[in-house]
Amino acid sequence: MSENVKRKSNTKMVPFPSRAIVPERDLGKRPVLECSHLGIDFGGLRAVDDFNLTIGKTEIAGLIGPNGAGKTTVFNLLTKVYQPTSGTIMVNGKDTAGMNTVQANRLGLARTFQNIRLFNQMTVEDNVRIGLHNQISYGMFSGVLRLPPYWIGEKKQHEKAMDLLSIFHMEDLANEKAGSLPYGAQRRLEIVRALATNPSLLLLDEPAAGMNPKETEELMENIIKIRDQFQIAIMLIEHDMNLVMGICEGICVLNFGKVIAKGTADEIQQNPEVIEAYLGRQREDEE
Amino acid sequence: MKKTTVSKLVHKYLPYVVVIAAFAVCQSMISAGTMPRTTKTLLIPVCTYIVMAVSLNLTVGISGELSLGHAGFMSIGAFTGIVIAAYTQQVFNCSELLQLLFAILAGGIMAGIMGFLIGIPVLRLQGDYLAIVTLAFGEIIRNVLNCIYISLDGNALRFSFNRPDLPGQLLFRGPTGATGVNRIATFTAGFLLVLFTLFVVLNLIHSRSGRAIMAIRDNKIAAESCGIDVTKYRMMAFVTSAALAGMGGALFGLNYSTLVPANFSFNASILILVYVVLGGIGNITGSIVAATVLYVLPEKLRAFADYRMLVYAVVLIAVMLLTNNQTIKNFLVSFREKGHEKSGKKGGEAV
Repeated sequence: MSENVKRKSNTKMVPFPSRAIVPERDLGKRPVLECSHLGIDFGGLRAVDDFNLTIGKTEIAGLIGPNGAGKTTVFNLLTKVYQPTSGTIMVNGKDTAGMNTVQANRLGLARTFQNIRLFNQMTVEDNVRIGLHNQISYGMFSGVLRLPPYWIGEKKQHEKAMDLLSIFHMEDLANEKAGSLPYGAQRRLEIVRALATNPSLLLLDEPAAGMNPKETEELMENIIKIRDQFQIAIMLIEHDMNLVMGICEGICVLNFGKVIAKGTADEIQQNPEVIEAYLGRQREDEE
Repeated sequence: MKKTTVSKLVHKYLPYVVVIAAFAVCQSMISAGTMPRTTKTLLIPVCTYIVMAVSLNLTVGISGELSLGHAGFMSIGAFTGIVIAAYTQQVFNCSELLQLLFAILAGGIMAGIMGFLIGIPVLRLQGDYLAIVTLAFGEIIRNVLNCIYISLDGNALRFSFNRPDLPGQLLFRGPTGATGVNRIATFTAGFLLVLFTLFVVLNLIHSRSGRAIMAIRDNKIAAESCGIDVTKYRMMAFVTSAALAGMGGALFGLNYSTLVPANFSFNASILILVYVVLGGIGNITGSIVAATVLYVLPEKLRAFADYRMLVYAVVLIAVMLLTNNQTIKNFLVSFREKGHEKSGKKGGEAV
């Protein structure tokens, strides 16, 4: 755990290609996500305004902010649950304008949800297999008539699903109903399911919510392990500051839909605007 | 490990076992001559309603959409089947068996096409709205059938809308339906159709496509975020269900000498839905048992004439209360667990 934290402080953030900042090791590679001037209106409310963010190919990025700042709205914009009113989103260099959630997923965006959304009636393994739906596929007729593609596909799906479940040591739970798992295991299963879709950017919405400190610590190690093993970028929304400051290389702070600060953990912790957003402004007459 | 494999196997093949056992019992009773004539006439309708209930369970239980127009697809299959049977007999001089085969296939294809066309607008909706619109389409199908006339003129089929003055032999005449149908449906064909339906539905459920359908039922937003094309898989379930209903309808239609569109009213759709709900939503074996018992029951109660629907209603209410009683549920669960333990022990001893 402590060595992981050290790894973060070794990260050097460098400008790419101009104003955007990514970790030094990702400099030669195309950023996985480039948002520019992203915004959305809900009626008269500007929920997200002029959101600019670049995420490097193997970066772990954090998105933080007080309640109602628009963090989940940003995730919904990225995964095309909402269509932005303005701005562009580039995933692996491709513009996602006009795409729907399914197309965004095929382009490499996978996510988890703040309020867990598992397929509760289905087994743990089947939940992961849904994630593998587009990775290992065969047609409806092969499935109904039990043709060879069915047997080959099912075998591959089973092996791959077990492989993915082993990241969180959940192989034993494969035949349990997803809805009957404890809370922490449900959160981990959501991550596995998202990973199964073979993403290049994994979006985690409050992955540590409801976890105890020990589970959170394991989660931090696992997030880094996933990044190293799959060589993907991870962006997470989290209120647990130990987790965010511990593993995130770049952190972006939102307040009332606007970005108020961007930078490394140390920079963010000392930023007066961030302190104000979280703790409030000091009254002038007290000075 | 043994325990799970044994119970899994039993769970997987239970519907087939139930159907094959029931067929064997019925056949032996028929060949021994112990089956009453009144029961014999029920065999084919029971097969049909099992097909209807299992196919509706695909929409309601597996896909999670309340469809109230299932009888509409059944009527399309029935009347297509009747017309095709007469046509193949006249033009190709087919044997009865081939006529029945073509009729069932044509009924399935026609109902599947209608299912696709109706699915385009219907599957844009969800929940109560979807239920209401499927109800409306069921009624639209019946009312359109009331206006259609089909005749066999030499070797050609002739269609007209609202004009009964067609040349040739009228096969289907609007509100008076089809009369003088050659009754070529057989119990064996019904049994095979039930097996075919079970094969399609169960294999679909336990495949990649079936998992996608169930994922959409459990959580549409999460399914989309996993890259599942929601419209495609909802349509797949809806069309498969409609096509199977059409096949069941064709079998049903060729079992009666006279059949009118009014047979396939809203009440018929609700009747099938009752089988599905009482058999357990998503439970295929339950649908088979419920369809059999609840179809045979009112027929057997004919002796009580005036009271039979009263008894039928009481039975329905009793089943609903009993299946939702927590004490009885717990009892059944403990009973099932004991069974599992036993089979597990046996497996252990064998090794």
